[in-house]
Amino acid sequence: MNINATLIGQAIAFLFFVGFCMKYVWPPIMQALDERKKKIADGLAAAERGRHEQELAEKRAQQVIHEAKDQASEIVSQAQRRGNEIVDEAKGTARIEGERIVSSARAEIEQEANRARDELRVQVGAVALAGAGKILSREIDDKAHSDLLDELVSQI
Amino acid sequence: MAEELTVSSHIKHHLQNLAFGRKHEEIEPGVWVPTGDWGFALSSGEASQMGFWSIHVDTMFMSIMLGVLMMWFFRSVAKKVSAGVPTPMQNFAELIIEFIDTTVRGSFSGGKTTFVAPLALTIFVWVFLMNLMDLVPVDVFPQIAAHTGSFLFGVDPHDVYFKIVPTTDINAPLGMALTVLLLIIFFSIKIKGLGGFFGELAFQPFGKKMLPFNFVLEVVTLLAKPFSLAMRLFGNLYAGEMIFILIATMYSAGLVIGSLGALLQVGWAIFHILIITLQAFIFMVLTVVYLDMAHQEHH
Repeated sequence: MNINATLIGQAIAFLFFVGFCMKYVWPPIMQALDERKKKIADGLAAAERGRHEQELAEKRAQQVIHEAKDQASEIVSQAQRRGNEIVDEAKGTARIEGERIVSSARAEIEQEANRARDELRVQVGAVALAGAGKILSREIDDKAHSDLLDELVSQI
Repeated sequence: MAEELTVSSHIKHHLQNLAFGRKHEEIEPGVWVPTGDWGFALSSGEASQMGFWSIHVDTMFMSIMLGVLMMWFFRSVAKKVSAGVPTPMQNFAELIIEFIDTTVRGSFSGGKTTFVAPLALTIFVWVFLMNLMDLVPVDVFPQIAAHTGSFLFGVDPHDVYFKIVPTTDINAPLGMALTVLLLIIFFSIKIKGLGGFFGELAFQPFGKKMLPFNFVLEVVTLLAKPFSLAMRLFGNLYAGEMIFILIATMYSAGLVIGSLGALLQVGWAIFHILIITLQAFIFMVLTVVYLDMAHQEHH
C-alpha cells in the first residue's frame, strides 16, 4: 500500500473524465430532458384546452339541437294548420261544385221536361186532330175546321 | 522472488498492486539498491522501495478502462439523444442522470450546476464501476494476468501482481479526493476572492485575536474533508475485498468448508452490492456538499 504517482494519474484521469462529461455528455442529455419536459407540459396544456373546447362544443351542439327541435315542432304545427285549411277549403269547393252540379242537373231536368211537354203537346194535338179527323172525317172538312183545331192545340 | 503458496502469501499477493518504477535489488536481507533500470516490481518489497515516482499500472489501467467505458456509454447516448420516445439505453442513462440531477439540486445551492452536476455524475458512475470490480471473484483477473505475464514476458506467474479494484488502492480514492480539495479551494477563491478565502481560514470561529488557533483549526477542517472522503471509500472497499479474499482461501480447505465459503461469498457479494453503491453515492454527495460549502459565504 504505497502512495505514489498513481495519485497524480488518477487525479488527471478524474479531471479528464469530468471535463468530458461536462462538455459532451451532460448538456445534450439534459437538453433533451428539458425539451421533453416542455413537450409534456405543452401536451397537457393542449389536452386541457381541448377538453375545454369540447365542453363548449357540446354546449353549442345542445343549443343547436334544441333550436332544431323547436323549429321542427313549429313546422309540424304549421303544416297541420295548413293541412286543415286545405281540407276545409277542399270541402267548401266540393260543396259549391256539388251544388252547381245539382242545380245544373235540375235546370237540365226542367228543360227536358219542358221539351217533353212541348212535344207531348204537339203529339196530343196531332193525336186529337187525328182522332177528331177520324171521328169527323165524314162530316167535317179538314180545311174548314183547321183554324179551330189549331186554337184547341194552343190551348192545351 | 517466487514465494511458496501459502494462505498468507496468497493474501499478500492479492493486496499488492502491479507497480512500475525504478527497479531495485535486494543485495542482502533488508538492504535494497537501485539498479538504474525501469520495470515492474517483482515483489512487494521491491514495490515499496520504488518510492513516489512509480505507478500502479493495474489501478491506472482498470480505472481508465472503466472511465472510458462509462464515457463511451454516455456519449453514445448523448449523440443519439432525442426528446421523443427514448430508446432503452437512453432510458437507462436518463434514469441515472435524472437521479444525479435531483440529488445535486437538492444539496447544491451555489447557483448553476453546469459543473457540479457532471462532476457528480462522473464520480458516482466511475466510483460505482470501480467498486463493482470487487464483485468479480478475486482470483479471476490475477490468474489471467499471471498467465498472460508468464506467457508473454516469461516471468514467474507468482511475481505478476494484479489488483482489479482501483478503489482498494489508496492512490485512486486519494487522487480523486485531492482533486476535490483543489476544487474546493478553487471555488472558494473564485466566489469569495483570495482575501475571503484566507479570511475564512484565519478569522473564525474565534475572531481575529485567536488568529493562529483559528488557522490551525480551519486548515485541519479543510484537509479533513478530502482525507475522510478518500479513507471512507478506501476503507470500505479494502475491507470488503479482504473479506472476499479470506472467503476465497476457504476453497482450499476441503469440500465442506469450501461449500460454506461459496455460500458466504454469495451472501457477502449480495451485501456488497449495497456497499459499493452506497459508497459511490456518499463520495458523490459529500463532494457536492463540500463544493456547496465552498460556494457559501461564512461570516
